[in-house]
Order: sequence, then structure tokens, then C-alpha cells
Amino acid sequence: MIISVASGKGGTGKTSVAVALALSLKEPVQLLDCDVEAPNGHIFMKPRWEKKETFFVQTPQVDEAKCTYCRACSQLCQFKAILVLGETILTFPEMCHACGGCFLVCEPKALNPGKKELGEIEEGWSGPIHFVHGRLRVGEPMSPPLIREVKKRTKKDTLAILDAPPGTSCPVIQTVKGSDYTILVTEPTPFGLYDLKLAVAALGTLNISCGVILNRADIGDNQVQTYLQSEGIPLLMEIPFDRKIAEGYAQGQSLVEIRPELKEKFQKLFQDIKGQIEKTPHE
Amino acid sequence: MNKIKELCVLSGKGGTGKTSIVGALAALIPKKVLVDCDVDAPDLHLLLAPNVKSREEFLGGRKAIIIPELCTDCGRCREVCRFEAINEDFHVDPTSCEGCGVCVHFCSFGAIEFPLAVCGEWYVSETRFGLMVHAQLGAGQENSGMLVALIRGKAHDLAEEKGLPLILVDGPPGIGCPVISSLTGADGVLIVTEPTLSGLHDLDRVLSLSDHFKIPGMVLINKYDLNQEMTDRIEIFCREKGLGVAGRLPYDPVVTEAMIQAKTIPEWSLNGLGAEISTIWERIQGQLLKD
Repeated sequence: MIISVASGKGGTGKTSVAVALALSLKEPVQLLDCDVEAPNGHIFMKPRWEKKETFFVQTPQVDEAKCTYCRACSQLCQFKAILVLGETILTFPEMCHACGGCFLVCEPKALNPGKKELGEIEEGWSGPIHFVHGRLRVGEPMSPPLIREVKKRTKKDTLAILDAPPGTSCPVIQTVKGSDYTILVTEPTPFGLYDLKLAVAALGTLNISCGVILNRADIGDNQVQTYLQSEGIPLLMEIPFDRKIAEGYAQGQSLVEIRPELKEKFQKLFQDIKGQIEKTPHE
Repeated sequence: MNKIKELCVLSGKGGTGKTSIVGALAALIPKKVLVDCDVDAPDLHLLLAPNVKSREEFLGGRKAIIIPELCTDCGRCREVCRFEAINEDFHVDPTSCEGCGVCVHFCSFGAIEFPLAVCGEWYVSETRFGLMVHAQLGAGQENSGMLVALIRGKAHDLAEEKGLPLILVDGPPGIGCPVISSLTGADGVLIVTEPTLSGLHDLDRVLSLSDHFKIPGMVLINKYDLNQEMTDRIEIFCREKGLGVAGRLPYDPVVTEAMIQAKTIPEWSLNGLGAEISTIWERIQGQLLKD
């Protein structure tokens, strides 16, 4: 089973929820931090690292001696990663999406696979919890292939919790795709509500069921609750604003370390979600 | 006229207060063009109630579509696709399709169409604090970086046309594609952080990114009093990196109150937090954006 935690708006408490859920459950669980641009799960999980791999993608390298400047590659490339001007050929690895098309269309075999580092993937253990995260190389724009690679570390027959990046675009889609359920974490403010609606729309395109955790539930207004009621989206939990939580969070303490009584609530929340997933008809 | 200056507000970690700060600066700075580059979760318009003057479709990348009547199930497309976007029934999953067109090229039967997709909309608007360029990426769409580049370009055109000396960019969280697109070529970056280990961790990553592009930065520590010790640590970190601290702001419920009333901070609290942000802006002008 895969449960992802997403939000739309940043800083609403995705990581806090994902970590708290992982730490509360009695069943075997994996936590995969898919926010490869700004990964923070490890700060709270403090894993004992076991493995570190560098992830590369193939980008073209030109063998000028063989290149006939026919432009087949630059005409195929949708990402402006290859430019042929007269008898000059230039490649721009930072633009390359590693589709491999240029290698296939190059008849004189003048393009060789070079390596571009996308980032690193680290795996480790936090007690019985298998923890995985990716770290996008600074300056590299493309996070989805690295997220895909992080997700390949999910084990069959183990519950996987995926901590998604903020927003609603490709890195989020790449993360939540294939989830059995998504928990959306938001806060009761106009920004929280607006971005929640965007996240719900994005999940709708993927046919993923979702429920909402309202964090710092008492800092704003009640527009989020009204919206959830009108859309029939379950409100899974409310967590009030608590200076003690904020102070503990600042130093890398998880929600359930600061408020152990929440563990039971997260266990119940998981049972509720399991019930909802089992009710959902599968195609 | 002096060269137009562009200030980009980033954070790495989401939810540190970028948009509330940009909204406040919008109210305090008289002449500028505003750009909301968080195109997949834009919020600045919720504070500024823009009056949309022009609206245009954003044509992002292309997506492959297989026409069943022409498809012979030969499997060539599945062989060449590196994104596992084509299933056994020869149907393209649009959320996996990268828009590379390799399948289109290698299909011997011309069975794959490759249309440009409308990925969102972008707008030029008037607000009570001046011009604003913003956008909305469609639900789950791609090419946010391209859309960011497009609206920043439009903001530059407008600044030149109207003789406005500053472009103020509300950036997205993270350090990936849309952030790079928001940052490249800017004159300075204001990194809004919070006194948490996560805030510091992500500040470090954004700083590496701005260093990578050789763009000078300053830091604003928001909600500094939620953890004084972490605030001190962040200030030491900044000193060690030679990074100026533009200021610190306390945690203040006024920020949420103002947001709920669709007001910027200075409109809601001119003498309190508003005055502090005004001082911060003077420091940014004096250090980061000086000629």
C-alpha cells in the first residue's frame, strides 16, 4: 500500500505528518522523502545511513570526427539541448531530458552516451523504519527522474509513505502517481485553501482518493472546512497551533515525540484510510 | 535611465512567508512590476486582488497521442520510449509522457500525433500597488520553468515600457526547474527563512543555487522568536558565508489576520510589522540593489 502526503502550499506540515504517521504505526513501514529539492524528513527521522548512490542520466557527447552536421539530432530534440550551426555542434546538458532520441537518429554514430549527475539517493534505517530520500544536485532543474528513482525503492507488501514536494506540477504528480491514497495537509488560511483546491484538482486528474489534515487548525478562518464539506472530502484530523510543537519542530523533534498522545490518533487515521481504500472499487 | 533591477524572493522550504513579504514590499515600494513566479501554486493575487487586463493561453510542451486506427501494435514506440509512458495497449499516459517526440519519429505508420498542449494561462493585471504579471499552470501540468521565463520576460518588457526601475519576483519553493527559471539573471535574491533545522537546511541549498548562478543574496529570518537559538545559528551561518541579514521578523498573528482580509501587512499593521519590513527594504536597497 502506498500513501502519499502532499499539500499544494508549502510549509503546511507535510513532513511532520509523514514522519508522525511512520512513527505511530505498528506495522512495517517505509518512509520515502520525494521532496528531492528540499528534503527535510531525515532531520526528524535521523536515520543510520546504509547506502548512498549517485544517480546519472545519459546525455549526448559529440565525437566531432564522426559528426556530419546533418542536424538529425537537433531537429529531433524538443528541449533545445543540441544546436548545430554550420559546422559547429553544441550540446547543453542542463537542457537535456535524457530521452535518448539523439543517439537513435544519429546515423554516423557520432553521439556517445555521457553522464550527467542528477543527484544522490540515500537509504538507511530509523529503528525498524526503512528511510529513503533523494537529493537533487544543486543547479540541476529536473527533479522528476530522481523522484522516479527514489520511488523504485518502495518494497512490495510493505506500507510506503511518500512525502511529496509542495506545489501541483510535475514533481508532485511524479510523487503521488500510483498512490492508493493521498493525505493533503493544509492550514486554515486563504493561501492554504486556494492551494488545496489546486492540489485536489491535480489529484482528480490521476483518480487518487484523498483526505485532508488541517494543521494549525485554529490560526485562521473556517473556509477550508466549508470547502471540504461541500466537496465531500473527508477531514481526517485537526492539529491545533501549539507553540511547543513549533519549538520542538525547529530542533528536529517529530510531532509524536512532542505530543505522544497523537500516536493513537495517527493509528486511527491509518485504519480510516485503509477502510476508505478497501471501499474504493478497483478497475 | 538606470538599468532595471530585479529582486527574486526565494526560500527553499515552503511556507516561510515569501508571498506575505512580497505583498508587504508591494505596498511599500512605489515603482515596480510584480511577478508571481510560483505558477503552480500562486497566492500573491489573493492579497492584491488583481484586475486582469490581458489573459493569454500558455502553450507548453507537446504530448504524444496514438491513433488506434493507424496503430499496428508493432511495439517500436514502447522500445524507444525511455519514460515508460506507453502501456501494453498502446495508450500514452500523459502524466508520464515527457514530450520528447522520439516515439513520433520512429513510428513507421504515422500513427502518433504530437500536438502542442495548453498547459495554463498567464495574465497582465493592475493592482492597487501597480502592475502585476502572473499565471496559473493547469492542474498537474508541466513546463512551469518555461511559463516562469515567459512571465518574467513580459515583466521586463513592461518595466522598460513604463520606465519602472524594479521587478519584484515572488518565487516558488524548492531549488528545481521553476526556481532556476525565476532566479537566472536576477540582480539579487532575498532568501526568506525560518528558525528551524529544516529552514536552515533548505536555506543552505538555495544559497548554493544562487552562488552557482553568481547572484548576491540576503537573508530574512521570519518568525525568529519561535526559536531564538536557531535564529542565532542562522545568523552565525550567514556571517560565515558572508551573507547579509536583511532583518528578522517576529511571529505575529497579524500576518494571518491581514491575509484573511486580503490585505498586505503594512495595510493592516503600518506601525508594527509594516514598519519593520520598511526598515528591511531599506537594507536590501542599500546593500543588495545598490549600483
